[in-house]
Amino acid sequence: MVKKLEINTSFTHSVKRGLWKKIYTQRYLLLMTIPFIVVAFIFSYIPLWGWFLAFVDYKVGHDILGSEFIGIKHFNALFSDAQFYNVLRNTLVMGLLSMFSGFIGSIALALLLNEIRLKMFKRFIQTITYIPHFVSWVVIANILTSFLSPDGGVINRILLDLGIVDEAVYFMSNENWFWGIHTMAGLWKELGWSTIIYLAVLAGINPELYEAADVDGASRFRKMWHISIPGLMPTATLLLLISVGWIIQGGFESQFLLGNSMVINKSEVLDLYALRYSTQIGDWSYGVAITMFKSVVSVLLVLLANYLSKLFTSTKLF
Amino acid sequence: MIESRRVGDYVFSVLNYTFLILLSAATLFPFINLLAISLNDPLDTVKGGIYLWPREFTFSNYFYTFNNEKLFGAALRSVLRTVVGSILGVLTTAFIAYALSRKEFMLRKSMNLFLVFTLYLNAGLIPVYLLIKEIGLMNTFAVYILPTLVSAYNIMIMRSYFEQLPEGVIESSKIDGANEFQTLFRIVMPMSMPVVATITLFVAVMHWNSWFDNYLYTSRDANLSLLQFELQKILMSSINQVFAKGDSSSVRQALGASPQSIRSAITIVVTLPILFVYPFLQRYFVKGITIASIKE
Repeated sequence: MVKKLEINTSFTHSVKRGLWKKIYTQRYLLLMTIPFIVVAFIFSYIPLWGWFLAFVDYKVGHDILGSEFIGIKHFNALFSDAQFYNVLRNTLVMGLLSMFSGFIGSIALALLLNEIRLKMFKRFIQTITYIPHFVSWVVIANILTSFLSPDGGVINRILLDLGIVDEAVYFMSNENWFWGIHTMAGLWKELGWSTIIYLAVLAGINPELYEAADVDGASRFRKMWHISIPGLMPTATLLLLISVGWIIQGGFESQFLLGNSMVINKSEVLDLYALRYSTQIGDWSYGVAITMFKSVVSVLLVLLANYLSKLFTSTKLF
Repeated sequence: MIESRRVGDYVFSVLNYTFLILLSAATLFPFINLLAISLNDPLDTVKGGIYLWPREFTFSNYFYTFNNEKLFGAALRSVLRTVVGSILGVLTTAFIAYALSRKEFMLRKSMNLFLVFTLYLNAGLIPVYLLIKEIGLMNTFAVYILPTLVSAYNIMIMRSYFEQLPEGVIESSKIDGANEFQTLFRIVMPMSMPVVATITLFVAVMHWNSWFDNYLYTSRDANLSLLQFELQKILMSSINQVFAKGDSSSVRQALGASPQSIRSAITIVVTLPILFVYPFLQRYFVKGITIASIKE
């Protein structure tokens, strides 16, 4: 009995020594990571703690911890706020439009590029269509406003010259245009860039499959339909899964820059609503409640998409 | 049968080439149009009808941009932010990615989980804003660098690349007595140039294009203003001008020139550095992204 105990303590002792030894031998690896992990902790984890503000009555300038606890009152207010549903609709519609247009567009473009036999030409098109990805939304918004301007903008000029319209169209100040303009702008910006991964997958498809199809006399469309598209499917499903969380989480930069007071009914998304509520009305707790709702729904969407995908296909995220 | 197939393939090829040429034209045209407007006399531009080349050639819009102290200062600060932010960002990414690629690293699993978590759950705009206010980062240069310093996404890409390097090289470097820093800088990074170039490009472009943190956290301090934010402010004022229909004199006075021409000039100034750098990095980043993402 006594002997056993002795062995035990010396065992834990050596584990402890082993740990210190490990820390010592890996000191450089620890030095490389710990300081930055602390930074990541501050900016990614501590704000999560700020979610509790959604459950108190916090006003700027007041003590955060001294704020009165009010439970889910903010969420009750949120779910009976008509403007919230309007903003939620905008977020979801624009998220879905971007997701599907990007998904279909990038696969189609990758398939078309894959049919190009001239290497130089293919590279040239790729180089050009990647450019907008690297350009800021501020620049895109500038280009769009000057293009669509009723006052000498290129689009209006062409429409007028061709006699399609009688007087200049106010594209940017008519709310009915907003979703379309926003989707097209996003597509123009990201279409080329999003083909990179698909092109790599297409390049990896076994060429013998195409050769066999040639022997059988298959046309280009048949080869695309029966070889290229099935070859892309696993990657495409995975990328679609990843993007599901972005339906609600997706950016607010584009809406902020393309939107204005005339189209706010169609352009305002959850983040901008939260920002407006917090900074203009000063109700920060309500703003936090909106942001929190968004993050939680985003995670739920990813989990749901992952579950459905596991159920129907073999692709899963985690 | 075979004949009709050939004709069909030929028609398809012609249509395909035509479509792709039109697509690249649609991609390039806005930039060429802006360039033409920025090189055209501002008073002449107001008449409209500038498409591919300037009608009355002038550099005055660019002289205005660079002679304006506010804009010039903003341009310098944008360069400073991009350089400092990229160096620190790439170093941070490489450090963490390298440690996570070492199989013997004691915190490998937990640190990985810690980072993946940040990809899926983010606290959101308002809590982060309040945090930055609480820790006193409002109106500081550090607010441009610190919040985006650790990017889990970039770390994952770089780690996948590091992991497929031959293990023996790193082992032999250690046998030669190199410590982890030396191994990373002398062996691992030089062998991973495609992914290092890719991440550098991503981080640099992100910093160069940022304006929202400027708007949100540092808009009170004119000495921290960046070029993109200045461009955004000009954009907003000219949108308001369109609503005020016709009365553009106030904006024109405020800017000292035609807003449309100045906007184009600044837009070109903001875009050109990217257009110059990116084609040279293209062959690296296509390789870098593909290897990493296919492995994922």
